[in-house]
Amino acid sequence: MEPAGILEHNHRLSLREFPYIIRWSDERCKRCGMCTAVCPVKAIEPQVELRRTVHSSAPLPEPVETRKVTYIVKQVIDIERYCTGCGTCTLVCPNEAIEPEYNPQHKFYHFKNKAGEPYKRGGRRNDPSLSTLDRIKFTRISMLTDPALDAGRHEFRIRTLLGRILSPEELPLKTQDGRLIVSNDTFIPPVREIYPIMIGSMSVGALSPPMWEGLAMGVAYLNEVMGMPVVMCSGEGGMPPRLLKSRYLKYFILQIASGYFGWDEIIHALPHMVEDPCAIEIKYGQGAKPGDGGLLMSYKVLKLIASIRGVPMFVDLASPPTHQTKYSIEESVAKMIQSMSMAWGFRVPVFPKISGTKTARAVLNNLARNPYAAALSIDGEDGGTGAAYNVSLDKMGHPIASNIRECYMDLVRQGKQNELPLISAGGVGKKGNLAANAAALIMLGASGVSVGKYIMQATAECFGDELNRCNLCNTGRCPRGITTQDPKLYRRLDSEKVAERLVEVFRSADIELRKIFAPMGRSTELPIGMSDGLSIDDKAMAERLEISYAC
Amino acid sequence: MCRLIAITSSEYFSPMENIITLETMKEGHDGSGMGLILKDLGGEFKEFRDYPILSGICSKDGYKAFEGHMKMLGFQERHMWSPSIRQVKGVVRRDHYFAKVYQYPESYLDKTTKEKEDLLLKTRLTLRGMGEEDESIVVFSFYPDVITVKEVGDPLTLGEFFGFDKSPLKARLIMAQGRQNTNYQINLYACHPFFIQGYSTMTNGENTAFVPIREFLMSRGFPGYIGYQSDSEVFTHILHYTVRQLGYPLTYYKDIITPLKDAEISQRPDRDALLLLRASLRMLTIDGPNVVIGFTPDGTCFMIQDSKKLRPGVVGGIKGRYALVSEECGLDRAIPERDRTKDIFPMKYDMVIVSPEAEEVKVWSQQAS
Repeated sequence: MEPAGILEHNHRLSLREFPYIIRWSDERCKRCGMCTAVCPVKAIEPQVELRRTVHSSAPLPEPVETRKVTYIVKQVIDIERYCTGCGTCTLVCPNEAIEPEYNPQHKFYHFKNKAGEPYKRGGRRNDPSLSTLDRIKFTRISMLTDPALDAGRHEFRIRTLLGRILSPEELPLKTQDGRLIVSNDTFIPPVREIYPIMIGSMSVGALSPPMWEGLAMGVAYLNEVMGMPVVMCSGEGGMPPRLLKSRYLKYFILQIASGYFGWDEIIHALPHMVEDPCAIEIKYGQGAKPGDGGLLMSYKVLKLIASIRGVPMFVDLASPPTHQTKYSIEESVAKMIQSMSMAWGFRVPVFPKISGTKTARAVLNNLARNPYAAALSIDGEDGGTGAAYNVSLDKMGHPIASNIRECYMDLVRQGKQNELPLISAGGVGKKGNLAANAAALIMLGASGVSVGKYIMQATAECFGDELNRCNLCNTGRCPRGITTQDPKLYRRLDSEKVAERLVEVFRSADIELRKIFAPMGRSTELPIGMSDGLSIDDKAMAERLEISYAC
Repeated sequence: MCRLIAITSSEYFSPMENIITLETMKEGHDGSGMGLILKDLGGEFKEFRDYPILSGICSKDGYKAFEGHMKMLGFQERHMWSPSIRQVKGVVRRDHYFAKVYQYPESYLDKTTKEKEDLLLKTRLTLRGMGEEDESIVVFSFYPDVITVKEVGDPLTLGEFFGFDKSPLKARLIMAQGRQNTNYQINLYACHPFFIQGYSTMTNGENTAFVPIREFLMSRGFPGYIGYQSDSEVFTHILHYTVRQLGYPLTYYKDIITPLKDAEISQRPDRDALLLLRASLRMLTIDGPNVVIGFTPDGTCFMIQDSKKLRPGVVGGIKGRYALVSEECGLDRAIPERDRTKDIFPMKYDMVIVSPEAEEVKVWSQQAS
């Protein structure tokens, strides 16, 4: 029987409670210490162990006891230093002696919340299931009397328009000598022709300098060498002043969020800009934490970031959930769009980004009546790179598929389906199907898609996944050097390689889009709203999305 | 593959010429229907040029309801043509086939052409709605100087069924399509050519962007943009929308359904307008495979290819008689006396335009215009 007193260690957690358990092999380990040195969360450490062994070498048992001090690698049982499963240890181990193993029975979330601070993290949702987008198939294949287009031989024009488009009835055209000419007395809103997959808002600050630089280089290469007008959103936090004054600015969408971080630099650079930015995105919401503001945690506010954003070092940079200077969404949409448009002489499309929500249609209708609103970007629940509370990631927000569909159908009913482009984001490429997810959203009614996490994963070999593997983005301890401001970590990342991978990602996606659009019989225009090409294996979903059911 | 033939002439001719041309182009099993549209009518209709003609099919009950409705609206019947039906194998006879000439209701006599056109359209749509459920009333067109005939069956058999070989029915512009049914159940309204307020087109091919185009047109708020039993009906409505509703010259129809690329647009003198059109009307872009043959209210005929030219099409003839055909052998049959070296095979940038009464033919190039 146990003594009736308190069991020693009764309040310590066992390793079984942790989401990842380190499998370490005594035999294979050569004790080089690399794994413990690279572990971003210090979940493993070298320890000494006193081992007692009993053996007998005589013909008859003559047990001999030996005691030996040995060096081991041990997982720490500390909820603050839990193994995130990133696998950097495995990457550096010369003998394959160590690897984290996912523990599906973990009770991590029961114990993590401490000191009134619920668990928050960066990265992907805790949902490894197939998303609606991944369940959609393209089932209308031109075949019998109507030959499918040849993705390899026919000309394709995979482009979309960003900017408010005048309805045909409003076009300021008149006929002269059998030709149409444009009369100059009407305001024609600026419209950009861009690639329908754009890089979503990830800020300088959220991303490390080489990561951001790599993406920017890749985008410039795609535009100038590959002829693909891919654009990327700056995210909140501004941009390096040299870039603002460079000719590359036209490939960037500048984001203004409620914290206005980095906008001093942008405003100061305005008179020196040689190009207009592609567009201005006003961030009201994001898919990772709908209704919640942005948060760049103090660990990431190092010197460079502090100087770009014009803030002290090592302070949390919280953007409030709303633009605090505005009274309501109606007011803010109208005023901010107006003032941002005015700042660039009405030459730049200005549009808001909101979280996927049941009220998205209300915002949409507000915008549809605003002649200066250039688009609406809707970020479905499945997003996030910055610090988000787990509960926000898991439980808040609206999946993008039905949200974008109902918004598009709302525009169709008003005859404005081509006037206000819808940009959708949230879970695009979650399972690696970037082109298929993008095509599905376009055929549900989006004019283009924004992609963030997939780009990080595919261009910089990010470890994060939906089983909460790694997902350290918010802490500034990214083992890959993607989302950190610590030079020791970000020096691991080669910006040239990021740029190279980005170009590869887009070139491949382009081929895949052709392989989808060609059998659909679409090549010169995007199949926006071509919902008859889609099917899904669930009747209720099919009904909700107004597409066909196939199983 | 469907067969298409439009003949435009300075002389009156019988629809049988179109039907025989369709027969020449026949391939395999493709006799699931025929549509005929006659414009600039001769014979018994010559004196009724300015009076609207309603073309339709009715059951016995439907006919009563239809007549009652027309009377109620104040339309006075002036003349009626109905084919002398010859029972032939393979065609199921319906009760009433007719084309009726009406006088406008008294209150409309002094109204503008546009108001009259809207009345005719509204009336046609109401009648169509009245008989849609049980197919008791089927109305194809209601417009001055235009007759439409459609039925399910092989075109040659249908020619005999309607007695066109003996009928004095003649016109100066006739379009016909021999239909290969690829769209599920055969529906009379799905048969080409389609007609709306003086504009008509017929198509060979498939319109892959049908759904967004249909949604775009239906959301324009124009009452005539309904129906869409065929994916190609939208081509007629795009033509109507471009020329009548937006008031653009005919050639812009080509620019709307098959917009040019940036570099090509920059070569055009009207580039600024084209860029606006391409953006504002991008939902109406087609990707083919399509050849579109059609006419406008003034009797101008045209042929257009999709931007990849995935369907055949040829135009040829002599001054005073031109044919726009989907197969060259059809042209040989329709106008054998022409100079074959002058045949026009429109390519992806071309729009072949034949002026009214086949006065002249010209090729308008989208690229260099």
